[in-house]
Amino acid sequence: MESFRQAFELLFPPDRELLQIIGVTLRMSFFSTLISCLIGLPLGSLIGSKSFRGKSFIKKLIHTLMGLPPVVAGLIVYSLFTHYGPFGKLNMLFTVRVMVVAQVLLITPVVIGLTSSFIESASKPVIETARGLGFSGLRTARLCIGEGRSSLFSVVLNAFGRSIAEVGAVSIVGGNIQWKTRVMTTAIMLETNKGKFSFALALGIILLIIAFAVNAIASFIVKENADG
Amino acid sequence: MKRIVAILLALVLAAGLVACGTKTGTESREPKTKLSEVSKPENPVIRLSTTTSVNDSGLLPYLLPTFEAETGYKVEVQSAGTGAAIQKAIDGNADVILVHAKASEEEFIDGGYGVERLPFMYNYFVIVGPKNDPAGVKGSADAAAAFAKIRESESKFVSRGDESGTHKAELKIWGDNAPDAAADSWYISAGQGMGACLTMASEQQAYCLTDKATYLSMKDELDLDIVLAEGEDMKNTYSLIAVNPEKIDGLNTEGAKAFIDWMLSDEASELIAEYGEAEYGVALFNLL
Repeated sequence: MESFRQAFELLFPPDRELLQIIGVTLRMSFFSTLISCLIGLPLGSLIGSKSFRGKSFIKKLIHTLMGLPPVVAGLIVYSLFTHYGPFGKLNMLFTVRVMVVAQVLLITPVVIGLTSSFIESASKPVIETARGLGFSGLRTARLCIGEGRSSLFSVVLNAFGRSIAEVGAVSIVGGNIQWKTRVMTTAIMLETNKGKFSFALALGIILLIIAFAVNAIASFIVKENADG
Repeated sequence: MKRIVAILLALVLAAGLVACGTKTGTESREPKTKLSEVSKPENPVIRLSTTTSVNDSGLLPYLLPTFEAETGYKVEVQSAGTGAAIQKAIDGNADVILVHAKASEEEFIDGGYGVERLPFMYNYFVIVGPKNDPAGVKGSADAAAAFAKIRESESKFVSRGDESGTHKAELKIWGDNAPDAAADSWYISAGQGMGACLTMASEQQAYCLTDKATYLSMKDELDLDIVLAEGEDMKNTYSLIAVNPEKIDGLNTEGAKAFIDWMLSDEASELIAEYGEAEYGVALFNLL
C-alpha cells in the first residue's frame, strides 16, 4: 500500500528525475526493438519460409542464443567497447547507444526465433490455400502478412517487453549513471540495494504502468490501420 | 553419430557430478569432525547483515570458519550497501549487523532496533585516480583539500551514489560543496557497488573514493593509483550492533551475543590485525 502511495506521489506531479529516467528507458527500448526487428523479422521470415542446407543447425543456434543470459551479453559487449577493447576508440561505454547494442544482441535471436517458427507453422496452410485458389506470389505474401499481422505484432511487443524489463546487461554496459544511463530497472536495483524496498516497488509499479500504456497504444495503432 | 554425441554428453555430465561430489564431500567433512568437540547451540544459525566491503574484501570468509568450528554456529552472511544492510535488520531479517556509517547506526539505535553500537575496527578510505594525477591531488593535506582540487579542475569523479557507507563518507567530505550530478557533468553518480565504480573510474580515468581493501583486491585489473591515503577525514570505523529482541521477534539473540563476544575477543583481534599481510603486504583493518 505504501508503495502505491509513493508511486502516486512520484507521478503527480511528475518527478523531474523520474521523467528523465523514463525518457532514457523508452528511448533505449524503442531503438533496441526497432533495430532487432529490422534485422530479425526479415531473417526470421526467410528461415521460416525456405528450406536449405544447415537449416536445422541454424535453428539450434538461434534457440541457444534465445537463452543467452543477459549478463553474458553484457559482458561480451563490455569487452568489445572497453577502453582497450576492439571498439574502445569509439568511446561508447556507459552510453545509451551501447546499451542498445547489448539489447540488440539479446533480443534479435528472440525475434528471429519467434518469427521463423510462426511463419513455419502458421503460413503453410495460408500458402496452400492461396495456391489452391490460384493466387499470384505477391498476393500470397500479402495474404500471409495480413493473416499473421497479430502474431508478428506480438513478436514486436515481446521484443519491447524484454528490452524494457532487462537489467543485467544494461547495468554492466550502461553503468547506471544518474542523469545519463539510469533506466527504470537499474533504478529499481539501486533502491533495493539502498534498502528502500517500498520505494523500489513503487518504481516497479510505474514500470508496469508504462509497459501497459505502450502495449495499449501499439495495439490501438495496429487496430486503426487494420480497419482503415 | 548421435550415439557418440550422447555418450560424450553422458561422460561430461558424469565427470561434472564426480567433481561436484568430491568438492562438497570435503567441505562437509571438515566441520563435522570439529563439531563433535563442541556442544551444538540450540539455534545454530546466526543471520549477519553486513556491507559489501567487509565481505568482498575476504575478511569474513577468513574469520568465520574459525568461529564456526569453535562454537558450532553457522553464520549466514547477507552483504549489501550499509543502507540495505540496516534496512534488512529493521525488517527482522538479521540478528546482528556489521556496518560503517556512524550517523545511520545511531539512527538505528535511536529507533530502538539496535542494542548497543560497538565500534571495534577501522581503516582508511583512499582516493584513487589516474596515474598522471591531472588534478594534482597528490600531497593534499586531507580528503577535503583533494576534493576541492578535483572540483576546481573539473576532473572526472565517480561517486557510489547508492547511500552506502562509502557514499555517505564521500558526501561528508564534500560538505557544503557537494557537486550536483545533474549540472556537473564531471561528477558521475554511478549507483553501483565499489567494484563496479572502480572499474568505471579506471575506464573513464576518473577519481574515486574507495575503501583500501576493495582497491587492493582489484589493483591488477585497474589503471588507477592511490593518489591520497590516510587523511584525518578519511577514517572509516566499523561497528557491530546486535538487533534488539525487545523490538523485533524471532531473533537468535544468543547467537548474536556469541558472535559479538568472539569478534571482540583477543583471538579474533589477532586474526583481524594480521589480515591482508600475506596477500597484499599490508594489514587491511586496524583494531580500535
